[in-house]
Amino acid sequence: MSEECLNHAETARTIGRGNGPFITGNTERTHDIDRLRSGHKVLAEYTFERRPVKRGYAGRILYVNLTDLEIREIPLTSDVKEKFTGGKGFGLKMTWDLMGPDTRWNDPENILALNSGPLNGTTQYSGMGKCLSTTVSPSTNIICDSNAGGYFAPYLKFSGFDSLILQGKAREDILVFIDGTAGKVTIETAPYEETNSHLLSEQLTYMYAAEDSESARQKVAVVSAGKGSENSYWGILNISFYDPRRRVTRMKQHGRGGLGTVFRDKKLKALVARIEGFNGMTNDPQDIDRITETGIKHNREIRDLDMHENNMRTVGTGNLVEIMDAYDLLPTENYRFGSFPKASRIYSTRFYKRFTQGIPDGCWYGCNIACSKAVDGFVLRTGPYKGERVTVDGPEYETIGGGANMSVWDVDWILEFNFYCDTYGLDTISTATAIAFYMEMYEYGILNKERCDGLELCFGNAEAVLEFLHRIASGDRSEFIQVASKGVRRMKDHLIAKGWGDPDLIENCGMEVKGLEYSEYVCKESLAQQGGYALASKGPQHDEAWLIFMDMVNNQIPTFKDKAEALHYFPIWRTWFAIVGLCKLPWNDIVPADNASTDEPAKIPEHVRNYAEIMSGILGREITPQDLMDQSERVYNWQRAMNVWMGKGRRKDDIPPYRSMGPVTEMEYLSRKERYDNQLKELVGISPEELSSMSIADRIRVLREHRYEEYNKLVDAVYYRRGWTPNGVPSPKKMRELGFSDEKEMLEMLQKAIDDDDAAGLNVWGGSYGEGDEIPCDDPRYWE
Amino acid sequence: MVETVKIIRFHAEKCRGHYDCEKACSQVQFGDDTGGDHSAIRIVKSNGGFSMVNCDQCGLCIDVCPVQALKRLPSGVVTVNKELCIGCMSCVAFCPVDGMRRAKGMVYPHKCISCGACVRACPEGALELVEVPISEVERVVYYHQGVCD
Repeated sequence: MSEECLNHAETARTIGRGNGPFITGNTERTHDIDRLRSGHKVLAEYTFERRPVKRGYAGRILYVNLTDLEIREIPLTSDVKEKFTGGKGFGLKMTWDLMGPDTRWNDPENILALNSGPLNGTTQYSGMGKCLSTTVSPSTNIICDSNAGGYFAPYLKFSGFDSLILQGKAREDILVFIDGTAGKVTIETAPYEETNSHLLSEQLTYMYAAEDSESARQKVAVVSAGKGSENSYWGILNISFYDPRRRVTRMKQHGRGGLGTVFRDKKLKALVARIEGFNGMTNDPQDIDRITETGIKHNREIRDLDMHENNMRTVGTGNLVEIMDAYDLLPTENYRFGSFPKASRIYSTRFYKRFTQGIPDGCWYGCNIACSKAVDGFVLRTGPYKGERVTVDGPEYETIGGGANMSVWDVDWILEFNFYCDTYGLDTISTATAIAFYMEMYEYGILNKERCDGLELCFGNAEAVLEFLHRIASGDRSEFIQVASKGVRRMKDHLIAKGWGDPDLIENCGMEVKGLEYSEYVCKESLAQQGGYALASKGPQHDEAWLIFMDMVNNQIPTFKDKAEALHYFPIWRTWFAIVGLCKLPWNDIVPADNASTDEPAKIPEHVRNYAEIMSGILGREITPQDLMDQSERVYNWQRAMNVWMGKGRRKDDIPPYRSMGPVTEMEYLSRKERYDNQLKELVGISPEELSSMSIADRIRVLREHRYEEYNKLVDAVYYRRGWTPNGVPSPKKMRELGFSDEKEMLEMLQKAIDDDDAAGLNVWGGSYGEGDEIPCDDPRYWE
Repeated sequence: MVETVKIIRFHAEKCRGHYDCEKACSQVQFGDDTGGDHSAIRIVKSNGGFSMVNCDQCGLCIDVCPVQALKRLPSGVVTVNKELCIGCMSCVAFCPVDGMRRAKGMVYPHKCISCGACVRACPEGALELVEVPISEVERVVYYHQGVCD
């Protein structure tokens, strides 16, 4: 390929229909592909037999050891398929088999697994192209699973592999190229390419495309991280999908848990997958009519209802900003508040005008939720690409919410933040949540300009936020950047060790559980979401139990029992998407017109049936909605068991910071005084006279005691419902019921953990139950 | 610049429900005369008479196709390039007039290409191939939907 064909400056053109012209993004760079390629030295090569996918499974796992330069196939056994289904189920199983419990994120033994799933790669239904990845997270030191769209997972499967297992560490920057067209895997040095993702994924898309055509570029998928991933715990993986209308290599992100940090620590610069071609039969569905008709029905729902429901097709998940603001759930100033007078400046109506409309914005073919919005022709104001015109992928709700959390009420700064986080390989959620915490500490004087190495990190200072990102990406070695780029948990330890502030205040305000930063919802008034966050296997990310909407907006789980049951059902149901390779949004971000009149509207029963139909149509055997839950419950419990194995699967690891449960400071209390006073009267039983004599500090203390008590009771109910001990360990009895009778090592490990808890007196309820209180179970040894 | 396109016009008052148009269309599309879901043009009973369901060449489907398999040809007619199509059927789902069709067992959709076979096959003269300005039929619908202040 000649370099001329990459001279985008000459070919920059106006495209688009009915929406006015725009300049394509990422268009003003010239890449010398021949020079880049000249640096590639093949370190290892492996030829595999090309085989078609059978009923959703490739039947093989690709194992690559970067230390030994070993590439081999691991056959997928029917036992593993039956018990783990696919997706992150395979990643967890392979990790259990190939790694020890003491492995830390930067040990060569750490496994980074990228997985598809049996439904992954289907084109006839929306949202079927997710990549589900697992690794030991630098933030939590347990397994973090993360999911992203883009084309990599389906292309991996169509090349011949259900999963890619990466272990070991390379000695120099390398890339792994999976060539599904030639049946070959190579490990190649890649010294000259850019590291930052928006350029690297473009370079590699052009380099590995079979020919110079839009169609050929669509058949290449690149996974990359960035300079920020190298220098922080917030590393993400960017998974590319070439957009032929914009002529831009776009990206979706494995955001949470530092997967990109592990990626760069392994000296991986990129993964590239290339296929020859595919269509709706490549996943080999047994009954194409069944899946296609289900897909058409669902896509027509999107056509007819999306504009009346969530506007996903025009503004993506950003539609949530105004709803969250209206319901006091939009995180503002490090979750101190849930709404803000300036919030309308970042409502989705503002982003609607910036997103290029009328382009199919699915991150996998055939997805008509099409929420991957993009701003084209955005001119950067800061950093190494200052003045350049780029395409910004997103922002999604979480990124906009992150802006609110940092008190940045400006569309352009949020776009700039979004762009640099993506290309540097930084998680917008962890980055924003952590910065919001640092800003609050700055406001209290616990941090200051000197302690922040010259950064004035006060709320709303967007320029300082961007400067912080640039300094992380540049590998700045100053003390603050070194600690701050490792996240809230490390910063809490740092501030406390330095003696710069009240340890309780610091612990209460920093929004992390298990070491991972919270995503962007205020859950002070939502007991269900408090549990949804703090009980989540990987740490406080909403994808496992996004209950805030049904709890606070739709009021679908009003009672304590409803909430406990929701915390059983929804994490399991939501996990199902991660084992089959799907996106969750087509399940609940569009609902049938008659959904509200069904028995269980929160579950969206018709869509659950759709998924059973699709899975039956692909596998060629009847699958019921209950079967989907059973598949998922196995993997859900396996992951918790692995948390126990790695030392973070007990009640102590599931306790949220108080900021997520109630007002930490007097200012917060006073800002919602009527609400909290009423709760003290109605829920705690304090008389009006008594209340008027209480100081605000006392009121905060009493409310806090009440809320932690409620939380512990909820945890009791949920653990019991899940078949776990009162200290949160999945019981061997439960694991056997789920079908893991032959997994002796796992059962023994769990039994030992339970015995240890017994010896320490930890197998007791967390809540205090008086007379008349309902205990989750009368049998004190129910788990045996 | 494409300025006109030929479309099929239906004269309901003349239709007697022979379905010869469907048979002729399925000859073009599939090489058989089964009509029904093998035909791009469909005749349906309605209000004691008949109505036609067929593509009006509006081109909305071009906008929803993720792989640019749908194109408006220089003749103005919108066609499916099966080399590029990946069979997601988004076009079938989003077509506002159900003119994009899918036959059982098929990976790819099919649609009216304004060839006129149905017009020639109709014994009653109920169908007509007419040339109209593109501006009369072209739609860019989705862009106008959703939030806007």
